[in-house]
Amino acid sequence: MAVLTPRRLNYPFTPEQVGGLRAGQFVLVSGVVYTARDRLHKFLFEGGKSPADLKNGALYHCGPVVVRKDGHWQVRAAGPTTSLREEPYLPRIIKDHGVRVVIGKGSMGKVTEEACAAGGCVYLHAVGGAAQVLADKVVAVQNVFLGKEFGLTEAMWVLELKDFPAIVAIDTHGRSLLRRVQNGSQRALRKLMDAPERFVP
Amino acid sequence: MKQHAQWETSLFELIRRTSVDLPPDVEQGLRRALAAEKRGSRGRWVLETILENVQKARENDAPLCQDTGSLVFHFHVPAGFDTNALSAVARVAVARATRLGYLRQNTIDSVSGEAYETNVAHGAPQFYFEQCARSTVDVRLIMKGGGSENVGRQYSLPDGRLQAGRDLDGVRRCVLDAIAEARGNGCAPGILGVCIGGDRASGYEHSKAQFLRRLDDKSEVKVLARLEDRILRDSRLLEIGPMGLGGSATLMGVKIGALSRLPASFFVTVSYMCWALRRRGALISVNGGLKRWLY
Repeated sequence: MAVLTPRRLNYPFTPEQVGGLRAGQFVLVSGVVYTARDRLHKFLFEGGKSPADLKNGALYHCGPVVVRKDGHWQVRAAGPTTSLREEPYLPRIIKDHGVRVVIGKGSMGKVTEEACAAGGCVYLHAVGGAAQVLADKVVAVQNVFLGKEFGLTEAMWVLELKDFPAIVAIDTHGRSLLRRVQNGSQRALRKLMDAPERFVP
Repeated sequence: MKQHAQWETSLFELIRRTSVDLPPDVEQGLRRALAAEKRGSRGRWVLETILENVQKARENDAPLCQDTGSLVFHFHVPAGFDTNALSAVARVAVARATRLGYLRQNTIDSVSGEAYETNVAHGAPQFYFEQCARSTVDVRLIMKGGGSENVGRQYSLPDGRLQAGRDLDGVRRCVLDAIAEARGNGCAPGILGVCIGGDRASGYEHSKAQFLRRLDDKSEVKVLARLEDRILRDSRLLEIGPMGLGGSATLMGVKIGALSRLPASFFVTVSYMCWALRRRGALISVNGGLKRWLY
């Protein structure tokens, strides 16, 4: 990890800060982020009023394991969920709410590349399944919205992060690390398809 | 069933351990994957983070991944053992594990959209029972998250698009297509469970049963072992890498099984398991006492 040089990204995520990032770079995110999953995306997409101001903010695709202890919320596990499911909703949400950072995991297509370019937004890729390492980067649970309506997993949690590690997967120019990887794997796949083997039982 | 409390304690412990502590063979697989990635690469960073996470989950006694998945119990029970009572007590253990945060509230009513508080619902958890000749109960639990479940695929051969005929190279072509389509989305480097044959339902079931196999084993059928090796080698060349961010550790393992089929059908079913292959097992005496851990 030490070999990849990190760039710091601190809330509020200004256009200047975010615009300086390039696909493939390693970042450490600090400050407030809002968790957002399937139900919240659908809700915002359909014109629902956001309980928090998302301008220059970050959405984190995550459904944390949260328990109530001594009157406080405690995050027990909090890694990213697959972002692709939210792709149909994202362009409108980025545009309408001025979201500048989306944190999640997994491939995203042309729709997100274009939305990032148009809205000056970046898509950051976190390590899927690393729920403990990433829960440690949550220094405070500031609030929770829509918990009753959507359930605790799908609620909008307001989390304060410190040095949350991620890779810039899509930058504000719409350039995508994921597309680069995919183009390479498609080329390799064609070669492997052309190299049959006779498996004799 | 007598000794209800003892059974509940043992099954709860099985769930806790499965959620927080990766089996040694899988952790070893991750270390092997790490060794394959270049210093300073994104792939290496991903795997270092994953291994740190495995360690932390164990220390913190908390879920490895927040998607604690669907719970699938495989029981082998002695003749005459009351399986209804066993599934009832397993449900109680699941509910307690959820309350204590070892499992996320992870079960949704598909019609109303409401979340169940306990992960006990129609179809959750899942149980498979088989009779065995022993006098103890063999139970194995797999927890499989939704991200990996979503990238599973089923093919019907011949497949014109893939030029996949009804032979083992046709199977290879299907599996490579599934790997390329999954990209990093199932949380690479994962493990593939493949079933050749069967029907649409049994194909998926048997493909998932492959995850009960140890990561370092090989198919006992020689030609399938060769196919497993070839696909694993091919997957490295796809350069999808950890989390799909590039690198050679695209998969940790390929496990292939086969079922008989109808003359008209030739299915190839591919299930993807994320790197967090949460699989544990135990031998439990009929009165519920934990005798020893498997894996």
